[in-house]
Amino acid sequence: MLLKDVVCPYCACLCDDLDVTVEGNRVTGVDNACDLGAHKFQAGNRLPGPVRPTEKGWDRVSREEAIGFTVDMLLSADRPLIYGWSTTSVEAQSLGIHIAEEIGGVVDATTSVCHGPSILAIQEVGHPGCTLGQVKNRADVVIYWGCNPIEAHPRHLSRYTMYSDGFFLENAFKERTLIVADIRPTESANVADEFVHLKRGGDYAVLSALRAIVRGKTGSIPSHVAGVSRAQLLRIGEVCKNAKYGAFFFGMGLTQTVGKYKNIRNAIELVDELNRHTKWTLTPMRGHFNVYGFNEVCTWVTGYPYAVDFSRGMAFYNPGETTAVDILARKECDACLVVASDPAAHFPRAAVEHLAEIPVVQIDPVVNATTAFCDLQIPVAVTGIDAEGTAYRMDGVPIRAKKILDLGYPADSEILREVYQQIRDRKKVREVKPV
Amino acid sequence: MTELLLRNACVIDPLNRVNGDVMDIAIRDGWIVESVGNGAEVIDARGFLTLPGGIDSHTHICGTKVNFGRYMMPEDMRAGRTIRKGVMHATSGYSVPTTYGNSYRYSAMGYTSILEGAMAPLEARHTHEEFSATPLQDTMANTLFDGNWPVMEAVKEKDVKRAAAIVAWTLAAVKGFAVKLTNPGGTEAWGWGKNVTCIRDPVPHFEVTPAEIIETLIRANELLRLPHSVHLHCNNLGAPGNYQCTIGTFDLVPDLNKERQSLYATHVQFHAYGGTSWKDINSKAEPVAYSVNRKPQIVIDMGQMMFGKTTTMTADGPMEWNLYRLHHNKWSNHDVELETTSGIIPVYYSKKSLVNCVMWAIGLELALLVKDPWQCLLATDNPNGAPFVRYPEIIGLLMSKRYRDEEFRTIHPDTGKRVILDTLDRELGWHDIAVMTRAGQAKALGIAKIGKGHLGVGAEADIAVYPIRIRDTDPSRDYAAVVSAFQRTAWTIKRGRVVCRDGDVVVEGTNRTIWANSRVPEAFDMGRDPEFVKKFDRYYTVRMANYPVQDAYIPRSGCIESEAVL
Repeated sequence: MLLKDVVCPYCACLCDDLDVTVEGNRVTGVDNACDLGAHKFQAGNRLPGPVRPTEKGWDRVSREEAIGFTVDMLLSADRPLIYGWSTTSVEAQSLGIHIAEEIGGVVDATTSVCHGPSILAIQEVGHPGCTLGQVKNRADVVIYWGCNPIEAHPRHLSRYTMYSDGFFLENAFKERTLIVADIRPTESANVADEFVHLKRGGDYAVLSALRAIVRGKTGSIPSHVAGVSRAQLLRIGEVCKNAKYGAFFFGMGLTQTVGKYKNIRNAIELVDELNRHTKWTLTPMRGHFNVYGFNEVCTWVTGYPYAVDFSRGMAFYNPGETTAVDILARKECDACLVVASDPAAHFPRAAVEHLAEIPVVQIDPVVNATTAFCDLQIPVAVTGIDAEGTAYRMDGVPIRAKKILDLGYPADSEILREVYQQIRDRKKVREVKPV
Repeated sequence: MTELLLRNACVIDPLNRVNGDVMDIAIRDGWIVESVGNGAEVIDARGFLTLPGGIDSHTHICGTKVNFGRYMMPEDMRAGRTIRKGVMHATSGYSVPTTYGNSYRYSAMGYTSILEGAMAPLEARHTHEEFSATPLQDTMANTLFDGNWPVMEAVKEKDVKRAAAIVAWTLAAVKGFAVKLTNPGGTEAWGWGKNVTCIRDPVPHFEVTPAEIIETLIRANELLRLPHSVHLHCNNLGAPGNYQCTIGTFDLVPDLNKERQSLYATHVQFHAYGGTSWKDINSKAEPVAYSVNRKPQIVIDMGQMMFGKTTTMTADGPMEWNLYRLHHNKWSNHDVELETTSGIIPVYYSKKSLVNCVMWAIGLELALLVKDPWQCLLATDNPNGAPFVRYPEIIGLLMSKRYRDEEFRTIHPDTGKRVILDTLDRELGWHDIAVMTRAGQAKALGIAKIGKGHLGVGAEADIAVYPIRIRDTDPSRDYAAVVSAFQRTAWTIKRGRVVCRDGDVVVEGTNRTIWANSRVPEAFDMGRDPEFVKKFDRYYTVRMANYPVQDAYIPRSGCIESEAVL
C-alpha cells in the first residue's frame, strides 16, 4: 500500500511529502525522504517489551509492573528529573510536564544541550523569524552559519532554500546567493557562493564586524577578523544590504561554541540591523523531529520553554541551575525518567556518572546508550511511524505526524497518561468529571 | 441529570430586556430551563448582581504569537505566578499568562467565552492545542485573511464568490470562527519589509488595495452567512493622524445584515489619533464616534489602554517594527507564508508620557461618545492596551466621572489640551456595562442564537454572580466597590456548574471550540479547484492533505453550520 504525504519523524525539517510503501505491517519503500529519514522508517532495533536489568542480564516485566515501578520511583524521589522529549509528540510532552508539576520535579528537554543558548538570546533581544515558506518564496540571500544542512538537514536546501522554486523567483537557484560560515569546509560550504572560513571561536567577532559594516562603520574593520579578510566581510555586508529578502539560519556550531548565547544575540542584532535596510529573518536549525514542540508546550503550560523546576509548587526557571546536566552534575537529582532521547550519549561525563548512581527509567523504542544506565526501559511506538501526534517544525509550524504501522506498542502518551493517573490517584487528587 | 437553582439573583440580561429584577434561575444539564425539581442544588445569590457569563470578543490568549510572547519574556512569567493547588495548575505570567493562568483569571472575573483575535491558518493547530489547555471558557478563533494570496488574487479579479469559497474552505480546514483582517495588504507588504499607509495604497505585486480587500471580504462574509461579521484591525494602527484612515474605512462599509453589524472594527483607540507626529498627537475620538453613531452597520471595541507594563502582540508585523524602533526594547516577528505576519514587543505605558495619556483618554472617550453601548464593546485588545485583569478598572472609569477626574489629575498635565475626556460627564450604568461585556459581544459575534450572552430559557447556563448589590451601590461614588466586585465573582457558573467560587477555581473543566462551517455548492469547493490546489502545492511548505486541523484537536466541538448563497 502506498501512503502519500507522510510526515518524516527524523528531523525538525518535518518534511511532510513522503511516499511510504507499507506491506504486511512493514515499511518496504520510502520515497522523497533523505537517507536519515528513510533509515528511520526501516530501522528494526526495537525492544520487544519492558525490561529490567538483573545480575545475569535483562528480565522482561509486564506493562503494569513497569508503570508501577515508574510511579514508585517518581513518588519516592526527593528531586526527580524528567528529561528528554525531542522525538515524541506534544501530547506526550504535555503529560511529562504535568507529571513533573504533580510530583514537584524538574522537567527539561534536549534543548538545554542544543539550542538552549538560542532561547536565552531570544529572551534578551527577541526573534525576527518567519515560516520556511517565506524563505522559499522570497529569499534571494541565504546564510547558513555554524551548521551543515547537507548532512544534518539534507532536504533543507531543496525544500526551503536554494533549490526550491519560489513564487517571487523565476529561477530560484540562479537568483539566490548562498553564504556559508563555518570553522571548516563542509559539504554545505562546497555549494556556497561565499564560504566564510572563520577561526574557531571567532563567530562573535565576525558577526560584530558585519554589524559594524551594515551600520556603515567600515573604517574600524581590521585587515582580518578571526581569519576572515576585510574584503570578504565588506563584500558580504553589501550582499546582505542589497538583498530583497535575506534569511539567516544557524546551528549548534554557533550555539555550542565559545560565546554561546552571546553569539546568537549578536546574530539576531545583525538581522535587526539589516532590517533597517531590507527584509531579513533568522531561524535556528532545530535538530530533532519535535524538539521545538517541547519548547512550545512547556511555554504554554509553565511559562518557560525548558528547564522548569516545580519543587516549590510554582514553575521556576533558571537555566544553569534547573537544567538537566546541572542537576545531575551537582548530584542533586535522585531519580530520572528519560523519555524519547539519549542523555548518556550526549551529556558530559559528570552528569552521566551521576545517572549511573540513581534509579533511571527510560521510555524509548530502541536500545541506546542510556539503556545501560536504566533500571527499567519501557519500549513504545515511534511517533510518526506507529503512533500519531503533533510535532512542531523548526519554524513553529505544527504538523500532525501519522501512524502508518501498528506494531502493538503503546504510544509514549499512553504510558505517561497511566503514570500521571496513578500518581494522581496515589496523591488523591480529586478526579473531576469534565464540565 | 444535574439541576441547579440560582435563587435571589439580581439579573441584568439585556438580550431578554431584564434590567435588575430579582429572580431565580433554573438550570438543568447545563442549560437554563423554566423550572427544576425539589432535589436541585440551590445557590442563594443573596441579591447579588447576576449577568450572563462574560464574553471577550477580542483578546490574544492562544497560539503562535501569544506563546512567543511568553517564550521571549521570562520576566513577565515571573511577574505573575501561582502554585499548583487543588484542581488548579501552577500558572505564570502577568501580561501574557500561561493558558491556565488566562483561564483561571478570566473565570474569576466571570468570563465564560473568549475569542482569540488572530490565528494564522497555517498555524491553527497550535491555537487549538492551547485552546484545549484553556479549560474554563468556550473559545473561538478569528482567522487571518489580510495577506492571503488566493484571496488577493480573487479580489483582483473582482470575484467575490471565489473569495467567499476560499474563506469557507479555509475556515472549515482550520476550524476558525470568523474572518479577521489585520492591516489588510500591509502584512503581505511586510514580507518585503514594507507597509501600506491606508486603504488606497496598492499591495506590492498583487495590485489590490486594502479597501478592495475589505469590501470584497465584507460581501463574501455575508454570502457565506457566517455568524460573525468581518473583524477588522484597520490599516495604519498607532500612527498620529490615522483617524482619517479609520473613518475612510468605515465609509466603505455597506449595511448588509439585519441581525448584526457588517463590520466589527477592533481596538479603535489605536486608530483614533489626530496630529501629524508624536509631538502633536491628539484625540480624534469625537469624529470616529460620530461616524460610528451614524452607521448601525459598524460595531467597535474600545481597545482601551491602561497605564503600566504589558506586551504588544499583533498580526500587524510592520506596526510592531515601528514600535520597536521607538522603544528599543526587544522585538520578535513571525511572517507566515502566503497568509500574514505577526510581531511582539513589551511596552510600559506611563502617566509621564503625554502620548500614553492621550491614548488612555481616547479609549474612554470612544466608550462615552458612542451613544449605543451595543456599538462599542469593552476590551483592551488584551494584552496590547492592558492585560484583561484591568477590565474592572475600566468599568469603574466608565461608571464614575469622579474616578475619571481623580485619575486625570495624576496624568501628564498637558493631556487636557489634547483630549476632551475631562469635559465628558456621561456615566455608564449597570445595563450599559452588561451590554458592553457580554450581551453586545454575543450579538456582534452572532452567538446569542447558540445560547450565549443571555439568561433566557434555552440559553447555555454560563452565569456570573458578582458580590455587589446594585441598589445599595452608587457607582459614581463607590467606584472602588464596583472595581472590586468585577475583579472576583462570588460564583462563576459554566455550563450549569460552579467552576469558580470567590476567585478559586473548583473544577478542571474542558474547553469547547466554537467554529464556523459554511457549506458551499460543489462548484465552489476549493479542495477540488485545480488552480487553488496547484498553487497550494507549489508555494506552501506544507502539503494540502496535512493542512486541515484534524478532529483530534477539537475535543468538544461547537460547530455553527450555515448554507452559503453563492
